[in-house]
Amino acid sequence: MSDLTRTPQLIRGVRMREDPARGGWVLLAPERVFKLDEIGREILSRVDGERSLETIVASLAAAFEAEPERIAADVVAFLDGLAERQVLAFR
Amino acid sequence: MGIQTDPRLAFAEAGSPVPMGMLCELTHRCPLQCPYCSNPLELERKSAELDVEAWCRVFREAAALGVLQVHLSGGEPAARRDLEQIVEGCRDAGLYANLITAGVNIDRARLERLEAAGLDHVQLSFQGADAETTALVSHMKDAHSRKRAFAREVVDLGLPLTINAVIHRANIEQIDDFIALALEFGARRIEIAHAQYYGWALANRAALMPTRAQTERAIARVEAARARLKGRLTIDSVIPDYHARYPKACMNGWGRQSINVTPAGKVLPCHAAETIPGLEFWNVAEHSLGDIWRDSPAFAAYRGTSWMNERCRSCDRREIDWGGCRCQALALTGDASETDPVCQLSPYHQRVHQLAQEESVRIVEGFRYRRPS
Ligand code: SF4
Ligand code: SF4
Repeated sequence: MSDLTRTPQLIRGVRMREDPARGGWVLLAPERVFKLDEIGREILSRVDGERSLETIVASLAAAFEAEPERIAADVVAFLDGLAERQVLAFR
Repeated sequence: MGIQTDPRLAFAEAGSPVPMGMLCELTHRCPLQCPYCSNPLELERKSAELDVEAWCRVFREAAALGVLQVHLSGGEPAARRDLEQIVEGCRDAGLYANLITAGVNIDRARLERLEAAGLDHVQLSFQGADAETTALVSHMKDAHSRKRAFAREVVDLGLPLTINAVIHRANIEQIDDFIALALEFGARRIEIAHAQYYGWALANRAALMPTRAQTERAIARVEAARARLKGRLTIDSVIPDYHARYPKACMNGWGRQSINVTPAGKVLPCHAAETIPGLEFWNVAEHSLGDIWRDSPAFAAYRGTSWMNERCRSCDRREIDWGGCRCQALALTGDASETDPVCQLSPYHQRVHQLAQEESVRIVEGFRYRRPS
């Protein structure tokens, strides 16, 4: 399933926002709140329904001076996990 | 110890909690009469309801406190004509707006206005998986077809939909049908919530309580469906308590995550807290939400661990389940500070099991429908 041409998008009813009271960022979804770590936030801030996985991985690799091959698996696993929890979908 | 009377101590002991969610009972008016309704037996009158401005202020205070999600509930929130403005106020405060509705009195035009106001999500209740059961439980003849039509409009508008089914003896064999209904509508989530026995449900316990075999079958069906539908439909279930060995962490602990505001502005740690005698609740008309959260006697009463009896206070699950549900302890033992008798360590535990067995085989005539007295 690590097809990098897929394009992720948060589904309707899911929003990312800052959580000043607790610190950090969260993903708000129906009846649930996901706390994001720094990496999760970096990944999701690039998820806009336009950029493909490949583009997202390349952008992260450039920002963090890492090899795209090395981070691709983590990025895909993170986003697939959110898709399984039905807060994100691919097209 | 019984009850904590030092708010500052309780607050520190609970780790200076920051609330996440707020349930707003906008009104107790409702066209349905479900016999397990979580509203109090004494329903609030329309004339006592908070107005839009008051709700908007409460939303701003809640956001400043750290609340992220607001559940607009009732009664039936759409019984209020100003629901659109309330949703807007909620979104203006930066909060996630979740509408909890019975879906029998919102037409397409109104739903579009609610969507334009910024509604994030809709949770729609079904009392039965077929027309007959829905009519029997809700006491409204055509409720089912209205709900079906509403569900289609919600999905058609692109709003995310959750189906909620409260489970009891009259519909416990319909678990698979409820799930099929959710799939048919394109809902992404379903809540299978076994009835919890306080308020109206307590008054109707003998008519609602399923047998142990039925409950186990229902749990197995949910498990099977969850495996089968992974990634397609999220199935959340509230497991029936009376048959369990340890209690749930009711509200994730008293005064740790949740706030409940009644139609008249009284602020409760959980929606059934008013059944506990002797608690002093503060009202948003007289105090800011932050003061109520930190300092009101009702929030302090069972916050943290030092109010607990010796059994819970010395137990290593005390910060896992926080001694269970206070309202249930009260309903079953007469003492709200007792260990939740669902816990196998409680001296009342056997009695709870017995009661669950006895009431589920007793034949009773019908429901005491929820209606204003
Ligand atoms: S449980 Fe039934 S009666 Fe109570 S508010 Fe919900 S729909 Fe109305
Ligand atoms: S004794 Fe109290 S804290 Fe321990 S498991 Fe039972 S209810 Fe929970």
